[in-house]
Amino acid sequence: MRKIYEYILDEKNHHFVIPAVSIILGFLVGSIIMILSGLNPLDMFSSMLRGVLGINLKRIGTGKAIFNSRYLGEYFVFAMPIILTGLSVAFAFRTGLFNIGAEGQMMVGSFASVAVGILVPLPPVLLLPLVILAGILAGALWGFVPGILKAKYNVHEVVVTIMMNYIALFMTNYYLKKLPGSTNAKTVELVKGATLKSDFLSDITNHSRLHWGFIIVILAVFSFWYIIEKTTFGYELKAVGYNPSAAKYAGIKVNSRAALSMVIAGAYSGLAGTILAIGTFGYGRVLPHAEGYGFTGIAVALVGGNTAVGSLLGGLLFGSLNAAQPIMQSTGIPKDIAVIISSMIVLFIAMQTGIKMLLKRLKGGK
Amino acid sequence: MEIIYSMMTLTLIFSTPIIITAIGGMFSERSGVVNIALEGIMMVGGFSAATAIVFLERSTSLAPWIALLVGIIAGTLISVIHAYLSINLGAEQVISGTAINLLAGGLTVYLSQIIFGQQRTQSFQGGFIKTTYKGLSDIPIIGRIFFENIYPTVYIALILVVVSWYVLYKTPFGLRLRATGEHPHAVDSMGISVYKMRYIGVLLSGALAGLGGAVMVLTFDTQYTIGSIHGVGFIALASLIFGKWKPLGVLGASLFFGFSQILSVYSTDFVLLAKFPQEFFKILPYVLTILALLVFSGSSVGPKAAGEPYDKGKR
Repeated sequence: MRKIYEYILDEKNHHFVIPAVSIILGFLVGSIIMILSGLNPLDMFSSMLRGVLGINLKRIGTGKAIFNSRYLGEYFVFAMPIILTGLSVAFAFRTGLFNIGAEGQMMVGSFASVAVGILVPLPPVLLLPLVILAGILAGALWGFVPGILKAKYNVHEVVVTIMMNYIALFMTNYYLKKLPGSTNAKTVELVKGATLKSDFLSDITNHSRLHWGFIIVILAVFSFWYIIEKTTFGYELKAVGYNPSAAKYAGIKVNSRAALSMVIAGAYSGLAGTILAIGTFGYGRVLPHAEGYGFTGIAVALVGGNTAVGSLLGGLLFGSLNAAQPIMQSTGIPKDIAVIISSMIVLFIAMQTGIKMLLKRLKGGK
Repeated sequence: MEIIYSMMTLTLIFSTPIIITAIGGMFSERSGVVNIALEGIMMVGGFSAATAIVFLERSTSLAPWIALLVGIIAGTLISVIHAYLSINLGAEQVISGTAINLLAGGLTVYLSQIIFGQQRTQSFQGGFIKTTYKGLSDIPIIGRIFFENIYPTVYIALILVVVSWYVLYKTPFGLRLRATGEHPHAVDSMGISVYKMRYIGVLLSGALAGLGGAVMVLTFDTQYTIGSIHGVGFIALASLIFGKWKPLGVLGASLFFGFSQILSVYSTDFVLLAKFPQEFFKILPYVLTILALLVFSGSSVGPKAAGEPYDKGKR
């Protein structure tokens, strides 16, 4: 017990302790809100268990199947895009930039992939890589605009990325409706060869929407780790993030690094849009408003301490909240409790100076 | 000519929530705290006002006005979170603001389901109605634009601009507030509390964004839904920047952005505009804001200390 206490108070472990404390406090506040509104928080946790592992506790003793692998498949479908938007936000954070634009970068990524998939007549072997590449490039382009404005004119990236989100929303909606065969709500289905859909994966998970996108996600997590930890470029990015003046003094081109970091961040979000469009759905969707993947990405990155593995774990955590939403709604718990908990976790992480002060005081008082 | 008059009136109506919220944002940023939570605070204000009017509209004819007040109170309360995090804990203000935007979406819909059992509030009939002010509407030109088929809330926005200009530039309080956003250490050395000034700034922004959200729901909607505010809080942020953080500038920018939204409604009436798709007009405010940032970039126009937590020991 004493060892745990010392571990928590040791400053070296704060990068892990603070997200953990924030997550616990976030769920605590969510549970209190549920109790105050006359609901049982345990129902939420059992929904999460069912959403993630496919285990339905309520069926124990009824003789019906307790395990349903479809939920497991759907869980990964929920987690994949937010792992990627998490990587996107985390990458920009590493250079000291705040990418609020993951949402918009994702929309243009989705659109570019769908447009290429519908308009370009190529055999599947060539078409699929091109569809994926289109999404990455479109996202990168959407990240390039705030990046270059920051680098050349020192315009704050937060405001630009917010504006770019809305430009992306209205622009992609307009062009999606212009694609041949589109209705006001969605485009035509892509040919199967241009998508990541898989009968095999779907079959082994009891007809979930699980698709090959998970391989792309794993590659993306690996690429993030490799760039940041193993390349000179990544080292320069981190140096810029820690201390721009020192980085400049050391001969690093701070401005161009900032711009490039936004481009790469945009590419990850574009990829998130791609796998959502050609993996989960297989067609392009006209959106009435942003879906929140980009904003969840901010939470994912913060919880994950802006690292590759952290984003993966953070994505799996928030994915479990997302996966539980439909189950909660069907059992009479408003699904928005998940949004409340996510936002509380972000709030607590934002309060980390406060939490640090508290931990320090505990240490001093001991 | 008819169409021009009605367009101008509609511009005023559409600009009203933008003006009110952007002026709120101005107080916060002028005190040195960046507030991108305007959108979320508007949602909270709109939801609270809609809820209040559902319960009150049968019992009193003052219901819409009381609902506005409820919106103001709710907006102020939610902005306390932003104030505490940004001012006392030195949190990253953009992250705190983002969290509040997220929270507002979740909280308002969650509460709708708890209170009304659906993902939106119950619908109400007693929102503000367009009125023509007899007598005043006979004044040539001005009467047609300002006093015919117009909501009383428009006047709140216009009065607010004048009052906030006066407060900001003609009172000691305004001088202190502006100084806090530029040189907090100088303010501190004069014996004025930086914390107090910033709290006032953020809470004022919460009150006004709450009012802006309430006005929006009570004039354009018959119930609060997750889409009721649909980005107007961010347009307000845009017009704050476009208006160079000054009351009259904000008024001009908000009117312009309101006008660009009206154009999409009227575009079919003008040959020149009919060629553009609806989306063009929706995108306009955002593109213009980015361009404005580009143009301003040479000269720093925003409050110098905005976004930085106040650190007494820093030089």
